[in-house]
Amino acid sequence: MYDAMLAETVTITGHNGDEIEAYSARTLQAGPVGGVVVIHHLPGYDRQTKEFTRAFAAGGLNAVMPHLYHREAPGAAPDDAMAAARAAGAIPVPDERIVGDVAGAAAYLRGLSNSNGKVGVIGHCSGGRQAFLAAVSLPLDAAVDCYGGFVVEPPPEGHPLHGVPRLVERTGNLSCPLLGLFGAEDQHPSPEHVAELEDALKAHGKTYEFHSYDGAGHAFLQVDRPSYRPEAAVAAWQRIWAFFGRYLLSPVLREDSRYVHLPDGEGLDQR
Amino acid sequence: MCTYLTEKVSISGSGKGPSGWFRLTDASVYFDHPVHAQAEHTLNIDFLDPAAGPSARVAVELTAESARALAKAIQATLDSAPPGLVT
Repeated sequence: MYDAMLAETVTITGHNGDEIEAYSARTLQAGPVGGVVVIHHLPGYDRQTKEFTRAFAAGGLNAVMPHLYHREAPGAAPDDAMAAARAAGAIPVPDERIVGDVAGAAAYLRGLSNSNGKVGVIGHCSGGRQAFLAAVSLPLDAAVDCYGGFVVEPPPEGHPLHGVPRLVERTGNLSCPLLGLFGAEDQHPSPEHVAELEDALKAHGKTYEFHSYDGAGHAFLQVDRPSYRPEAAVAAWQRIWAFFGRYLLSPVLREDSRYVHLPDGEGLDQR
Repeated sequence: MCTYLTEKVSISGSGKGPSGWFRLTDASVYFDHPVHAQAEHTLNIDFLDPAAGPSARVAVELTAESARALAKAIQATLDSAPPGLVT
């Protein structure tokens, strides 16, 4: 497999026509290939999530991660940008702005010369919530929610998201298949929250695939955190490759033995 | 989980960052995922001078237990200062 990639900081057009920074990792294959919008978690546009973004390019996809706090601190170190956004009252980032930035990132991917036009979205932690938000707001081809909180659970009184309608109520608008990856020991979302989301997906006849991993809590994919659970993470990555291989029509993910680890059909089931 | 919660407070004093001392005007206090500390959630404090830009920041990430101990120590220190010094 030809696995060369180009990873670099770019400028994309986000919500409201704003020019924002993004981290792009693109396969140099002629294509056509699918693309993935990566949504960073609340601590920011960090080194680990850039690595996560590059993983998709190594897998034969194009990927881009918009810097959700760029407006509050252009050019600043990512952790300083997060702190500046907090100090400016910009956390949580308004849902409308996140959707606009993801739409801009998707347009960037679709405009690449080797694009097949398919775009998925993935995020972890708060990014998991935002991936679901994007998938119920925009026309997309695949969405992966890695343990996103506040999709089902109502934020408590006094919380900045209190009063925002629960995203689960918008399940009927889901535009694409959804892969959900959860830790069975997580409480936010808890197994009950995951079950309620699954019920909503069934009720609306949506295509989805959920996996909950025993022995894993929140942030089990986060390689630099004590929450990292390698067994669950390896299994979850196999699900991600299979899911994007199927719905983003990526020939590498569908045919390369390094990515297709699952037995025939497994991981591609639709309930 | 990402908690999103932030308490903001106006402060007056100075802090020392990579470029030396600078004045502090604001602090953000939050219990959320850390950037560096090896804990899932920490009590984080950013001591800031927003007028000087995003890098004018002294940041700490403390375990909940450490943060409670620190808060107690700060209060005890202020309470034990000689009379008339703390206004």
